Amino acid sequence: MTAVAENTRADAGTQTDDAPGAVASFEVTLKIRRYNPESEHGENVIWDEFTVQAHGTDRVLDALHKIKWEQDGSLTFRRSCAHGICGSDAMRINGRNRLACKTLLKDVNPDKPITVEPIKGLPVVKDLVVDMEPFFASYREIMPFLITSGNEPSRERIQSQADRDRFDDTTKCILCAACTSSCPVFWTDGQYFGPAAIVNAHRFIFDSRDEGAQQRLEILNDKEGVWRCRTTFNCTEACPRGIQVTKAIQEVKRAMITRAF
Amino acid sequence: MQTHQYDVVIVGAGGAGMRAALEASKDARTAVISKLYPTRSHTGAAQGGMCAALANVEEDNWEWHTFDTVKGGDYLVDQDAAEIMAKEAIDAVLDLERMGLPFNRTPEGKIDQRRFGGHTRNHGEAAVRRACYAADRTGHMILQTLYQNCVKQDVEFYNEFYVLDLLTDHDLTTEELEDGAEVNATGVVAYDLATGEIHVFQAKAIVFATGGAGKIFKTTSNAHTLTGDGMALAYRRGLPLEDMEFFQFHPTGLAGLGILLSEAARGEGGILRNGEGERFMERYAPTIKDLAPRDIVARSMANEVREGRGAGPNKDYVLLDLTHLEPAHIDAKLPDITEFARTYLGVEPYTEPVPVYPTAHYAMGGVPTNVDGEVLRDSHNVVKGLYAAGEVACVSVHGSNRLGTNSLLDINVFGKRSGRSAAAYAKTVAQHKPLPENPAERVVQQLEEMRGRPDGERVADIRKALQETMDANAQVFRTGESLNTALSDIRELQKRYKNVSVQDKGKLFNTDLLEAIELGFLLDIAEVTVLAAINRKESRGGHYREDYPQRDDANYMQHTMAYRRPTSASDVADGHIEGYFDHVEEFDGYKVVLGSKPVTQTRYEPMERKY
Repeated sequence: MTAVAENTRADAGTQTDDAPGAVASFEVTLKIRRYNPESEHGENVIWDEFTVQAHGTDRVLDALHKIKWEQDGSLTFRRSCAHGICGSDAMRINGRNRLACKTLLKDVNPDKPITVEPIKGLPVVKDLVVDMEPFFASYREIMPFLITSGNEPSRERIQSQADRDRFDDTTKCILCAACTSSCPVFWTDGQYFGPAAIVNAHRFIFDSRDEGAQQRLEILNDKEGVWRCRTTFNCTEACPRGIQVTKAIQEVKRAMITRAF
Repeated sequence: MQTHQYDVVIVGAGGAGMRAALEASKDARTAVISKLYPTRSHTGAAQGGMCAALANVEEDNWEWHTFDTVKGGDYLVDQDAAEIMAKEAIDAVLDLERMGLPFNRTPEGKIDQRRFGGHTRNHGEAAVRRACYAADRTGHMILQTLYQNCVKQDVEFYNEFYVLDLLTDHDLTTEELEDGAEVNATGVVAYDLATGEIHVFQAKAIVFATGGAGKIFKTTSNAHTLTGDGMALAYRRGLPLEDMEFFQFHPTGLAGLGILLSEAARGEGGILRNGEGERFMERYAPTIKDLAPRDIVARSMANEVREGRGAGPNKDYVLLDLTHLEPAHIDAKLPDITEFARTYLGVEPYTEPVPVYPTAHYAMGGVPTNVDGEVLRDSHNVVKGLYAAGEVACVSVHGSNRLGTNSLLDINVFGKRSGRSAAAYAKTVAQHKPLPENPAERVVQQLEEMRGRPDGERVADIRKALQETMDANAQVFRTGESLNTALSDIRELQKRYKNVSVQDKGKLFNTDLLEAIELGFLLDIAEVTVLAAINRKESRGGHYREDYPQRDDANYMQHTMAYRRPTSASDVADGHIEGYFDHVEEFDGYKVVLGSKPVTQTRYEPMERKY
């Protein structure tokens, strides 16, 4: 960590780093939605503000760590790899779903308090942690694995690079739930499969080696399936991996009509 | 407290754990216990590839791969294990392809292969294209594919459960066991993060696949959750740890951040340059230059900086130059790592070189196993029903320095072997072995003590001090003096740790409490790493002693085996620990005894290591 934490409630003066060659530091306030399932005071949802010193390359996750490690150990969030590949720390930052480890503080206007909330549409467990089980249940339902028939080949299956490229975009998914929990349909209807499950169905439907496309299309033809998508593009904007989520959903819809994949 | 019974319990759901689960669950009632959701595991962060001598794009064979692995590990590799790994690599890759892994393809539609550090044609002649890959997210694809197949096979998971103790039917820290005496693993004790409840899992066979311990260092490519849990649990229960002094520093971490930029960047033609623009690797490894093994490249980079030829305002890093590569080629082969450079450093790799510096990456050492994954309790006796695979284990296929891509290979080959052996063994056991009377006692006491302490030291302060001393004193360059400084710092921190307290006193999803427990693991692992490094007075692979810069085969061509025992335990000189070195360190009621284990040599005589 690069800087010292300051408690908001104290009068924190602006700090500067005078060391030659040092990156300039700035003060940033995070406004965090807290939920304590074991609260003794009855009121278990509150907004808490913390101010920390940050440096130019610090991410929202760094600020959360500074708060947890130096001010309030009870602040609870998931994280692991800290560089956008494990998918643990999707949260709502200034009203938009992002990964805390991939969002630089300087890119979310640190002059004003930055609001941090749990992703929406999934039950909150504690602070920024939500119950991911409904999300993974939808994922499991679309049969997210290669389905083939006949004998296993003795060498690799042959696949042209063009066929491989056909589903490349959707292989990038890290199951962080940023897309699904940004979808207004999912917010109001928890039964909807949601973008992430459809993205993972797409990854197999358009894999030339796979023979399970019909089954998956049947599953997604359900009233809670792809037809619920109203192309608001929130999912595409939210995806930290840059997957064209809405496009993938449209391709699945088209495959359902044309039966071409 | 809840109790569960399974034939096989696997601890950890990264590549090794899930590969083991796919194997074990075919034949035995299996549960996987993981402190993270499986897809959060750090296997997903691996980038460049997985080597296997498929010979899809040029001549290659597994014997060359074996040789490269042995030489890459500076001859401390057990050659029988390396041979198994290189041979079974081919099926390991084909298994993954059949499971659905989307490898990049050749124009003929076969699995494509590319160059990687230390992998050569015909015993070092030139770099060979051996790494099978899926862009620069091979680990992500492996993790996803294994998880997908676990879903397909309906593998049972206990997610966000932290295993905090290993149960055995003998106390290995105090009992004097005869050679050949039977010791059984009987279960594990886990903590459910969501509820704060304790669960005891009784099992006929247990597989440890908990990953590494990179968080003993400050600058690391490792996840926050890589805190050496499995290694520390085994070590505290009296099992030895092997070769802990060997830690790999990956040459190309993003400067100041440690985030990994794959060696594939150099495999695809990237070049390392110092502050003067010079391609300095030509001086250190004239034949394969930038594709020399990681220990050599990392040391060369650190040396450039130390001798004043670094880049940047403080001359404290070097540059990874991709600017001569076509942007389309970069996008096709290295999309993720170039995005890391843009996101985290604001550098555009198409037009600017990327600041890089070595980052703590991989523990070559770990819980000793044989080639079937069975855990050893000394240099040759196994613990029945206990297996380990992946970074937590030491087979030893990596010796003193792992070659790039061989970790993805290790988890697949030895994950599969461990899962298969564990299930086969479980089938031979009619009844579960009885658990100790109060199986969860130690864990409950530890947690209550930690939670109950009203105030004291902050976890983060101790952890930061630990990571800083390890970076300063036990990194790429080491001396007896720097290591002793690290040791005395660690001892001081161990004392402070006894007074650590947590602010969150709750029962539900208490990550504050678990970070405190994890810090205890880190301290134990850092201590044994430094003690083993002090003891090895030579330079080999990833362990470089400036006060002993030469490799010393006469005295150190052997694996280090570190045992932790109460000070009151009988003296080590009575023959209970084989090949005992000269170092017995006593501290605070226990001692660490450094024994040894012979290196298995089959075809290759140790030679001087030049590239």
